[in-house]
Amino acid sequence: MPDQLLFAMEVTLNGLMAGVLYSLVALGFVLIFKSSGIFNYAQGVFALFAALTLVGIQNGQVPFAHLINSIFGTNIHNFGWHVPSVIAIILTIGVMVLLAFLVERYILRHLVNQPEIILFMATIGLAYFLEGFGDIMWGSDLKKLDVGLPQGISETVETVTDGWFGYGFFIDKLDIVATVIAALLVAGLTLFSQYTKQGRALRAVADDHQAALSVGISLRFIWVLVWSIAGFVALVAGMMWGAKSGVQFSLSLIALKALPVLMLGGFTSIPGAIVGGLIIGVGEKLFEFSIGPMIGGATENWFAYVLALLFLVFRPQGLFGEKIIERV
Amino acid sequence: MIYREAGDFKTTYKEDSQTFPIKFDRWGYYVILAIAFLVIPFVINDYWANAIFVPFLIYAIATLGLNILIGYCGQLSLGTGGFMAVGAYAVYKLMTAFPDVSMIVHVIIAGLITTCVGVLFGLPSLRIKGFYLAVATLAAQFFLVWLFNKVPWFYNNSASGMINSPERTVFGIIVTGPNTSAPAKYLFCLIFLVAVAWIARNLTRGSIGRKWMAIRDMDIAAEIIGVNPLTAKLSAFAVSSFFIGIAGALFFSIYLGAAEVGEAFGIQKSFLILFMVIIGGLGSIFGSFAGAAFMVLMPVLLKNVLVGWMGWPTDLAAHMEFIIVGGLIIAFLIIEPHGLAQLWRLTKEKLRLWPFPH
Repeated sequence: MPDQLLFAMEVTLNGLMAGVLYSLVALGFVLIFKSSGIFNYAQGVFALFAALTLVGIQNGQVPFAHLINSIFGTNIHNFGWHVPSVIAIILTIGVMVLLAFLVERYILRHLVNQPEIILFMATIGLAYFLEGFGDIMWGSDLKKLDVGLPQGISETVETVTDGWFGYGFFIDKLDIVATVIAALLVAGLTLFSQYTKQGRALRAVADDHQAALSVGISLRFIWVLVWSIAGFVALVAGMMWGAKSGVQFSLSLIALKALPVLMLGGFTSIPGAIVGGLIIGVGEKLFEFSIGPMIGGATENWFAYVLALLFLVFRPQGLFGEKIIERV
Repeated sequence: MIYREAGDFKTTYKEDSQTFPIKFDRWGYYVILAIAFLVIPFVINDYWANAIFVPFLIYAIATLGLNILIGYCGQLSLGTGGFMAVGAYAVYKLMTAFPDVSMIVHVIIAGLITTCVGVLFGLPSLRIKGFYLAVATLAAQFFLVWLFNKVPWFYNNSASGMINSPERTVFGIIVTGPNTSAPAKYLFCLIFLVAVAWIARNLTRGSIGRKWMAIRDMDIAAEIIGVNPLTAKLSAFAVSSFFIGIAGALFFSIYLGAAEVGEAFGIQKSFLILFMVIIGGLGSIFGSFAGAAFMVLMPVLLKNVLVGWMGWPTDLAAHMEFIIVGGLIIAFLIIEPHGLAQLWRLTKEKLRLWPFPH
């Protein structure tokens, strides 16, 4: 096979893997948008906050150490223990659930019936708040996240493809794990929403708030539930991205990566988030690979947006979005 | 007692439809103008100009622009930073290409160039609206920033990739570059702000403004009563980008002096100006001023209090600022979703009844 084609295949595979990570973030958006009509800009910061908390708990950091030190003149940083990954993850899930509860109690409850733009702005406010809060709580330095996920290039893939094509593909082990986890997460969420009582209630709320209320579904409980799930998805996404490139501020920018995915897949469709993520992942990697060198590279920042923009002009509801979207 | 319509008789239609129908407001407006033009330039120093007045004036222009788009025409845009970058780079190219032309001309042409770009990116609004449009305008933001980073022509092939504003004059007075005096900077921005506010106010109460508001309130109904959505939406994008382009040009040439596009005109800038619009009040000229003033003053105040009085380290204070800004935005949205402009409106209602509320 010619080299170019092999390279393109490798790029495509890597794009698929990156796309899975985009999908993971987009999933969090879709869940909240479906059930409460809120476009949660803070999803990316959720991922950052979850990853920060996970690292903090793992390393036994003292929360607000910097603040305490500068006010009381003390010098504390660590509890001096190391929490096993599993326990740290469970504790972090607890923190995210608590966060979901607080968001519902102190923000959403007061903003019922407000126009969408106001709710959207509130989540931007929340994103700012959490960003500062996370930094004050755990410090803003770049942290390494290690929860025992495999790292490095997968030798198996390399040898197998070497045998097939005479050229070994470089694929990160972490990407493979991420793909598997994302698949499991989607399957789990689908099963949850199809076959459990809470899942059905969730879909009912997504369909029609009023009708759901009138058959006795607690809207508040559903909101807490849905924000907790979004927090959990954010934790998974934060873990994957954090393991890949360290836990730092730029992690919160993955939210911006997820937006075109949403536009492509439709704001209300879980399969749409997955397919959209894959298309964007492959598309931007292939574009960077084929056209990028001609126009100066670093096209990944905007390619997804322009693709989504062009797409929107022809199909405003996205690939799998609800058809009744208002067109002007 | 003083603040009421009684006794202020209108004898012509022109007087009846003036911007400030209440005498007290009218005089207040003249007094503020007089202070802004005749007092502040003589007492202003570099610190006050750079920390408060110049950013306030420039952000107020940008906020007016965005408010026309979001508040009056109902088209949510997150591409403000990108459009400001267009204004900045346009004025840079003009300043370096035509050194002898007055800065006023440069800034206005930069605004016109931004208008063209804005209309181009406003085209999707004819097909989509709401969040989909917001995300579509993000495409403008990222694409424009990338473009100015990657194409050396825009920054005249300078090695650092930054643009530096050279020394340029208006009627012989230096207004850009490191040797500019504080009053010159201040007055230059002030003239633009007053002009822009005057245009905005008169556009929004005329037929164009009414068309925008009709589109905002219900686009289908507006179309039925004969508002052409194409012209209404695109004119809103055009006027809004014109103002934002002017703000971007001033922000780079007067305020920053040297700019790197990703840092100065990134997505954060878009959000900052969106905050100003929301906190000030959607669809209000006064709100644009109030929002800009609030968002410019608050960080300065916080920094003075936290770092100056309480002696916190600066990084901690910066994080605290994020928390407080975020918290304030949420609090504002919960307590008063219509922003500072609504608070002002309520105050005026109370004032008219004062001191006999019944």
